[in-house]
Amino acid sequence: MAATESKKSVTRLGDRIFSRTATFAGASILLTLAAVAFFLFLQAWPALLPDADFGGKADDGPLAYVAPFVFGTLYGSVIALAIATPLAVGIALYISHYAPRRFSQALGYVVDLLAAIPSVVYGLWGILVLAPFLTPSYQWLNENLGWIPFFEGQVSATGRTMLTVAIVLSIMILPIMAALIREVFLQTPKLHEEAALALGATRWEMIRMAVLPFGRPGIISAMMLGLGRALGETMAVAMVLSPASVISFALLTSQNPNTIAANIALQFPESGGDYRSMLVGTGLMLFLITMAINMVARYIISRRAEFSGAN
Amino acid sequence: MSAVTSSLQASASLPRWYNPAALLGSFSLALASMTLSGFEDEAGNLNLAAVIVIGYLLYMAITFVVSRAVEGRRKSVDRMVTGLVTAAFTLAVIPLLSLTYTVVSNGLARLDATFFSNSMRNVVGEGGGALHAIVGTLELTGIATLISVPIGIMTAIYLVEYGRGRLAKLVTFFVDVMTGIPSIVAGLFAFTLFLVVLGPANAINGLAGAVSLSVLMVPVVIRATEEMLKIVPNELREAAYALGVPKWLTIIKVVIPTALAGIATGVIIAIARVIGETAPLLLAAGFTASMNYNPLSDKMMTLPVFVFTSFANQGVDTQAYIDRSWAGALTLMIIVMVLNLIARIISRVFSPKG
Repeated sequence: MAATESKKSVTRLGDRIFSRTATFAGASILLTLAAVAFFLFLQAWPALLPDADFGGKADDGPLAYVAPFVFGTLYGSVIALAIATPLAVGIALYISHYAPRRFSQALGYVVDLLAAIPSVVYGLWGILVLAPFLTPSYQWLNENLGWIPFFEGQVSATGRTMLTVAIVLSIMILPIMAALIREVFLQTPKLHEEAALALGATRWEMIRMAVLPFGRPGIISAMMLGLGRALGETMAVAMVLSPASVISFALLTSQNPNTIAANIALQFPESGGDYRSMLVGTGLMLFLITMAINMVARYIISRRAEFSGAN
Repeated sequence: MSAVTSSLQASASLPRWYNPAALLGSFSLALASMTLSGFEDEAGNLNLAAVIVIGYLLYMAITFVVSRAVEGRRKSVDRMVTGLVTAAFTLAVIPLLSLTYTVVSNGLARLDATFFSNSMRNVVGEGGGALHAIVGTLELTGIATLISVPIGIMTAIYLVEYGRGRLAKLVTFFVDVMTGIPSIVAGLFAFTLFLVVLGPANAINGLAGAVSLSVLMVPVVIRATEEMLKIVPNELREAAYALGVPKWLTIIKVVIPTALAGIATGVIIAIARVIGETAPLLLAAGFTASMNYNPLSDKMMTLPVFVFTSFANQGVDTQAYIDRSWAGALTLMIIVMVLNLIARIISRVFSPKG
């Protein structure tokens, strides 16, 4: 593209206005993010002062208060992502390469629609339908595989456990991940696929040789999108999880580490003073965690071959 | 079968009726064995799930062995992957069907004229509606879209068509970071921003909600548009340049129309994502039982928050509140579907064939 950018075209008035506008829009992204960090820090600052008064809600100080939430946030999201990623790739492959041609567009449309189901609806469904349905399996897991630390402890009778939350989260991030991965899979050059098939490859070998290498950056960015949504997902967690202020790997009990986001949503409307500042502070922390994870993900993507259909 | 079955020679393949027959056989075997072992007494609803799981595993095992013997290793692996991929799709569709069924069957109870013509002002127990929440959601999402789409598309154009050097790298990087912003952080941001600008008395209002939604919407629009602009073939741009078309006109007349269908899909995904956002609006726009058309002052109810508060703050007549909550959820889903449909039609009409 750089080669086609002649000096003459840059000097036109329309070009100048258009490129300035575009550049300004790009810069506004940076300004917004800086503003997010700035305003959150501004509000959170009073909670970090030594004479902060939390009204008896966090007597051990801000760090001890926030630790279980940080743990709960990361733990739930990682499990959700581990469940969702293989499923999302499978769904994307099914729609793009396995489903009968006639149906594939309709199936893609269904997935697109499902991506739009609001989190609060997932919350209602999670607590009223999924949790009761899963409780017997939790009992079974605990009785037969209780020696694995994840399944130990007293099984929750309501099903409002970390595993239920992780499953709800994975279902929530699944449609968006699948839609994104499917889009990328569908963009695989037809010639690559046909070349593989012409060489006698089975369908799976064609996918392994042509589709997956082409779609890998898409899969990674879908994982990022999914993780970002799982980390910050608020309402489904707030409604489904039975929270406690603990750090525990047990998935099936009713003593679960809450997540930062759900804790803010439950506490914020009723809060005030330094305690509200601390809640804003935990929000800032969540912001920084997601930022760090995105940076790592970005680094992983940049190490692999850069993908652009324009090449 | 000869001992030497190289992949080229192994042209033998299983008959077409193999798959339905094997599936039927596996599932009936699973059902029979579960019934005979008396497992169904343990837990009624788990039983069906267990039959499906065992039947599926049986099918996979039988198919692997049979296919390997008849068709060879490569085709048997291919069949395994087909089984896995289909299972992944089925597994994902089950909860989604269950969810749709639950919302529709529970939501219909209160999806009546009162629901769409009344607010919750002075309503205790039965009756009342979500008109205030519907108006709020449409206004806030509309404002957020008006803010986000121009910024999003222009930023994507900057990144794909103009972006060189340090600033472009920074913007690309931070768009990624912004994609990961948790919705509740966006809500906290809008709240703290308006707290500083307007003071504690007026901080919570509709515009604050719209700003928080825009923060979530902009990166989605940018990334979707960016992906679509990237796959516009360079030949199209070069052809336009060769004809002497200025760059900005090339972008507006050639690049954008080519990518328009994809951009529309991206904008819809963005709207669909934010229209159901609850947490940021809970903090930034608050909740109220009364009508409020003015996004510039006072708290404003929105549908997702209506669903949540109806469920979380149940009054004495519990069922009335739960019914309203489901009806709100159903309304929200209908709005989303209509939006999707409109976008599909628009993108189909405007996109060039090819």
